[in-house]
Amino acid sequence: MSDTRFYAAASIATDGDGFTLHADDRRAILAERGHYEQPQAACIEALKIVQKRNGWVPDGAIAAIADTLGVGVGAVEGVATFYNLIFRQPVGRNVILLCDSSSCFLTGFEELRDVLSERLGIGFGETTADDRFTLLPTCCLGACDRGPALMINDDTFGPIAPGDLDELLEAYS
Amino acid sequence: MTAIPANSRLRYHSQLRQGADERREDTHPLTWRLRDDGARVGLDEYRQKNGYEGARKALELAPGDVIDAMKTANVRGRGGGGFSAGVKWSLTQVGDNLPRGYLVCNADEMEPGTFKDRLLLEQQPHLLIEGMIIAGYANRSKYGYIFLRGEYVDAARAVALAIEEAREAGLLGEDVAGSGFDFDIALHTGAGRYICGEETALINSLEGKRANPRAKPPFPGQAGAWGKPTVVNNVETLCNAPAVMQHGADWYQALSGTLSNDGGTKLYGVSGLVERPGLWELPIGTSGWDIIERAGGMREGHTLKTWLPGGGSTGFLLPEHLELPMDFDTIGQYGSRLGTGLIAVVSQRQSLVALLRNLEQFFARESCGWCTPCRDGLPWAAKLLQAIEHGEGQPGDIELLQEHAKNIGPGLTFCAHAPGAAMPLESAIRHFRADFEAGIARHAEQEVS
Amino acid sequence: MATIHVDGSAYDVDGSDNLLHACLSLGLDIPYFCWHPATGSVGACRQCAVKQYKDADDSQGKIVMSCMTPAADNSWISIDDEEAHAFRARITEWFMTYHPHDCPVCAEGGHCHLQDMTVMTGHSRRRYRFTKRTHHNQYLGPFVAHEMNRCINCYRCVHFYNDYAGGEDFGVYGMNNNLYFGRHQEGVLESPFAGNLSEVCPTGVFTDKTHTKHYTRKWDLQYAPSVCHQCSVGCNTSPGERYGSVRRIENRYNGEVNGHFLCDRGRFGHDYVNRDDRPRRPEWRSEEKREGQSERDSDIMHLDVDPALDRGADLLRSARRIIGIGSPRASLESNHQLMALVGKDNFSSGIAAGEQACLERMSAIDAARAVATPTLRDVERHDAVLVLGEDLMHSAARLALSVRQAALGRRVALAAERGIPEWNTYAVNTLAQGRCHPLYIAYPTATGLDGISAKSLRLAPNDIARLGFAIAHEIDADAPAVPDLDDATRAHASAVADALVAAERPLVISGGSLESLSLLDATASVTRALARREKRAGLLLVRREANSTGLALMGGQPLDWALDAVTDGHADGLVVLENELYTRLPEARVDAALDAATALVVLDHQRTRTWKRATLGLPAASFAETDGTLVNLEGRAQRFYQVYDPRYMRPECRIHASWRWLDTLRASLERSSQDALTFEQAMDDCARAHPALSGMRNAVDTVALPEGIKLARMPHRYSGRTSLRANIAVSEPRMPQDPDTPLAFSMEGYSGFDRPRQNVPFAWAPGWNSPQAWNKFTDVVGGHLQGGDPGARIAGAPRPAGGAYPAADAIPTAFVPRDAEWQLWVLPRLFGGEATSARADAIAERAESPGLGLNGHAAQALNAADGTPLTFDAGNAPLTLALRIDNSLPDGIVTLPAGVLPDATSGRWVQLRREDER
Ligand SMILES: Cc1cc2nc3c(=O)[nH]c(=O)nc-3n(C[C@H](O)[C@H](O)[C@H](O)COP(=O)(O)O)c2cc1C
Ligand code: SF4
Ligand code: FES
Repeated sequence: MSDTRFYAAASIATDGDGFTLHADDRRAILAERGHYEQPQAACIEALKIVQKRNGWVPDGAIAAIADTLGVGVGAVEGVATFYNLIFRQPVGRNVILLCDSSSCFLTGFEELRDVLSERLGIGFGETTADDRFTLLPTCCLGACDRGPALMINDDTFGPIAPGDLDELLEAYS
Repeated sequence: MTAIPANSRLRYHSQLRQGADERREDTHPLTWRLRDDGARVGLDEYRQKNGYEGARKALELAPGDVIDAMKTANVRGRGGGGFSAGVKWSLTQVGDNLPRGYLVCNADEMEPGTFKDRLLLEQQPHLLIEGMIIAGYANRSKYGYIFLRGEYVDAARAVALAIEEAREAGLLGEDVAGSGFDFDIALHTGAGRYICGEETALINSLEGKRANPRAKPPFPGQAGAWGKPTVVNNVETLCNAPAVMQHGADWYQALSGTLSNDGGTKLYGVSGLVERPGLWELPIGTSGWDIIERAGGMREGHTLKTWLPGGGSTGFLLPEHLELPMDFDTIGQYGSRLGTGLIAVVSQRQSLVALLRNLEQFFARESCGWCTPCRDGLPWAAKLLQAIEHGEGQPGDIELLQEHAKNIGPGLTFCAHAPGAAMPLESAIRHFRADFEAGIARHAEQEVS
Repeated sequence: MATIHVDGSAYDVDGSDNLLHACLSLGLDIPYFCWHPATGSVGACRQCAVKQYKDADDSQGKIVMSCMTPAADNSWISIDDEEAHAFRARITEWFMTYHPHDCPVCAEGGHCHLQDMTVMTGHSRRRYRFTKRTHHNQYLGPFVAHEMNRCINCYRCVHFYNDYAGGEDFGVYGMNNNLYFGRHQEGVLESPFAGNLSEVCPTGVFTDKTHTKHYTRKWDLQYAPSVCHQCSVGCNTSPGERYGSVRRIENRYNGEVNGHFLCDRGRFGHDYVNRDDRPRRPEWRSEEKREGQSERDSDIMHLDVDPALDRGADLLRSARRIIGIGSPRASLESNHQLMALVGKDNFSSGIAAGEQACLERMSAIDAARAVATPTLRDVERHDAVLVLGEDLMHSAARLALSVRQAALGRRVALAAERGIPEWNTYAVNTLAQGRCHPLYIAYPTATGLDGISAKSLRLAPNDIARLGFAIAHEIDADAPAVPDLDDATRAHASAVADALVAAERPLVISGGSLESLSLLDATASVTRALARREKRAGLLLVRREANSTGLALMGGQPLDWALDAVTDGHADGLVVLENELYTRLPEARVDAALDAATALVVLDHQRTRTWKRATLGLPAASFAETDGTLVNLEGRAQRFYQVYDPRYMRPECRIHASWRWLDTLRASLERSSQDALTFEQAMDDCARAHPALSGMRNAVDTVALPEGIKLARMPHRYSGRTSLRANIAVSEPRMPQDPDTPLAFSMEGYSGFDRPRQNVPFAWAPGWNSPQAWNKFTDVVGGHLQGGDPGARIAGAPRPAGGAYPAADAIPTAFVPRDAEWQLWVLPRLFGGEATSARADAIAERAESPGLGLNGHAAQALNAADGTPLTFDAGNAPLTLALRIDNSLPDGIVTLPAGVLPDATSGRWVQLRREDER
């Protein structure tokens, strides 16, 4: 009888937005759990696992991860919304992380940003209409000796002159 | 992404500016094993080059002796705080009735202008693992974590491989290298956010929580990860341990010669509009002048206006300060901090107010949101700077900025993030007040016209 | 003890406190936000900054957060220091950068901690000239409203909701200055303590939605010290009235009972007082009309008081024998006056026989008990808890919150070992890593405390009793052994016994929810065994209603007896006091008795089914309109005071206290003329007549006020009094007078905090308009009221030698499931399971639709799925409800939430069939 249990009742009603955790992902999350003293520690990795498959972390995944790890949904959503590499909204097929920190600022980040923005037709936090690129700012990429720098998916590039953009973007469909 | 695309010439690779011919075992403990081609030094090569000798020696000593050696060598924390590693290791309360705790390597490198740990992680992960074995042993840790920022994808691969190699070689796991000491390491990759580098925020993040820092006391050595005694050290700090153990504390201390009381060498670097930005391993206490000199000086057409000695959270210094030895105590006396020791230069042709605005926007965005001065003060400061940058400053704005800098200083906020933001703000106004006044004067004129 | 020096003066304080707590306890004002007396220090807001000096000679000093600094002996601090003052003003200024400054339309205005602190820090001029961020608000259910734009990010809500109260559907999202506090998704807040957010939140982010619907500023409400009538815990409340309706219930601090917090049934369940359909004038139904339970206005004759009394007296005079049916939701005074009217031998408690037997057994156990009965505050200090047969989250929610703190008490113990003070909340939590003191629960299904229990066993009630007996036997071999005990139960019993014996202060909690005498005997055995092991143990027995304990002490026949007496013709007159009989016994039985009664007088404040059958209905005062005494589960007699006079705003109404109606009715019946009964007399009569209740006299506040001064029910800023009823008549009548209590219906009178007192209608102190003003009324912050915590324990002291183990034949046989039959258990339900609060709109909205609980095996056997309608024979008519699959249930058991069928059906075997397979 669900109404004898406060802590399960409403989440069943509101969380069922059709997301199911892939069996492999559940297994991977449970394996991660073993690396730490408490299950909650696997939470960030769990979000990344879901994101790897889906491109982003859909609402339903929050409850699914909470359930898998035995952690409150509020706590999982609190974590998911804290970290900038966890996407709680859909992103494009390729994510560009453009370093906006001081050394890149000193070597031309703002010009690069403007050119890139114009070329893609989007600003920070936006995705191109063809879903090809999402553009995001990022903290210092630790590539300051070759600023301005950026990352596309897992690849880091720098220094990037505006003229390099065509060649750079070409490889990412 | 599998085929090598045309853009590979644009790919970033971490790189040391010193060639193999310049780097020797007795002067460059951090980098002498690096290859000129920048490829990762694997376990075999690392061992051929005396790798894991320091760890072997350490495991023969009592943990207390290892700590003493680190204290004598005066290895100071390379994460920016400069706290003595030996002293930190002696603070873990691991007694007979207290549980063994954790060793955490801080590989979250995100301080604006800092790109040193990346080199060590990508090209020489075994040095770090060796350092962690030593630190783990000294602190009787039961487990080590490398907290690596999520964006360091290449480093993650290199470190994961190295852990695997070390484990297979019996250097990690039960009975490390036949010493009877059990110790293993896991790689934990982050999901972004600068504040994860703050050691207690890092612990929270490791525990799968929001990366809010923790109140101190209790310090991590007393109650850190999962409430157990925990040591958090920077990558570079830990990478110094093997040489200290292998060659002795006195040898290490002597590396800096007369330049500094701090021991050893440091990865120094320069970014900004210099001819040859990059990284060098130099004795600690080398002058800023010397370092910028190696970078070929300012780029054609630029002259030095001001510089940050060690990241965005350090104070601006003037060209005259380039003569100072770059060590923790000295730089600390001039209204700044050594920080990470990676210099960022600002040209006379660049807008200091704009740079400061960029820095404060960074700090405002990266505030964890826990405490009021930082969460609500920094965005306001950034907006004031933006107004001044655009000539929309109002009389009193500079004083308001100073008030902000004063009230987000050390001790007033929950962690050192906001004081870090206060440093460039306070020092920029102190040194270059006229730059700020210009943003207000224009506004006043507009109003008159 | 420690001596601290504050701005040059030396004070003795508790050295284990932090400086903020110590200074507030001294009555000094330091502003703060993230700290709360119940949730401790987290150091986030930086508002509580003071200057600390190394020693007397240090003139430099440095700013520290007082909440994060120990009140160490020989500390030197300054609150007034200029730099500290300026810093605190800056903090407030920062807080206010994004705040919407919408106080005029904000429900928090007037009792807002942010307003108080802003004034206290002196910040007044806005310098921030840039844009503010805005947020989208969430729907959080019928209780709590959400306005995130007012948030100042102090994090108090998450500390309370998640850490203190154990909620999991709430959190803080985002980072930097883009934080969001709320649910992970829009929806009803699941925690039964969510309403406390309206008091915990220092500004208007979380406000009381039911209050907003008929909003009145704090200073415009009229209050009285009251006691919640919604369960047996007896939390102290402060109802606020305006224009003749209760606008909200706030927590009233009682250091021994509810402390700072209420449950949502108590806070939001009062609205039945305001129902439009409430009886407000005496009603007369002629005999024929009564039969048909007619509700057409024309069938009811409204009477004034005298004719009503005359007719009532005539009616009763015509009866051969009158039976009085009392009520465990009415005051002792009213019940006693009923007894006085009908005679002791004709008095029924109004409680069904099964429940009454349990109540009597509980009284007997309490009287013979060898261990202490803890208050809720004491509960929090026990270091092992065994709960037998109760889901406290439903049957005594506020107690569940205290049991949670008891379990979490382990953290404090662990931190103390490492020299970390109790108040350093996060450090304490970190060290504990979720380790709790042992909490064991045995109940037929999952309970709201399972999340922190060491073990929760889901057993049939008989098996719970057997487990209890087995535990007792494990603790003390002299306790009777349980025959045919299976290995699993023996292992559980031995684990529980070990944990209880290992603890210093084990606590046993049980009660009447499952209506099982053997369970109560088992509970008594466990406590007795613990006492024989010389443990400082405690025992707490949960009752169902606000005055169940009191009625059991008063005595009287069960309701069954009363109905039978009328049905069987032994009596023909019935006087029913504030009791809806249809919720207690099956409809047919009640109908039979009411049909047979030739004279039926009903007193109630609700238009119940019973009321609609009355020949004469006398409109009773609810808890808000009269005074009375209740006895809670720990045997604490507590007095509630009249909040307002209903006739002031509705001159036509004839609502009176039941004890007053009954006294005058008796006088009319006896044709005696007498002075009007005062409350003191009613109380005294009752105390004199029932020795077990004589202690109720002590439930009175002894505040010394100058001659002629009364306690003000209204804050001194109460506005518009002269025009309150201008729509009725332009001339302002004299304010109602209160002959019964030391309180006045006025803003004139005493409302300060410098004279120690227990009766605090509303907490206000200069500069402190929010509920944090309670800190001024306590001896130390979070301690006891300066005048002593309200109420008086009337139970005797434990009798270490007293009592004996129940005989071995009290041990029931093990539960054996049957084929195609299930044993039905009615389980308490927080929202909707209590008859009066269920009549409040917000509670009705929060109550989930009831279903039949069965485990998956049973569902399979019935070929039914979750939601399939199932029918069973519920006495006179079949009842159909949706199936709710509950796999925590043992085989052979079907559950039904309280409030659907008269509770007396528990324990019956029923057959179930799918509605479509008739
Ligand atoms: C906001 C903030 C960010 C920090 N980021 C880093 C970082 O990325 N890497 C690091 O090693 N230390 C960082 N630190 C310093 C750490 O808190 C800590 O002092 C350091 O890891 C200790 O190691 P060390 O003693 O070896 O230097 C940061 C500190 C602050 C306040
Ligand atoms: S100073 Fe900033 S980063 Fe540090 S705790 Fe406060 S809000 Fe978080
Ligand atoms: S009350 Fe002390 S920091 Fe918030």
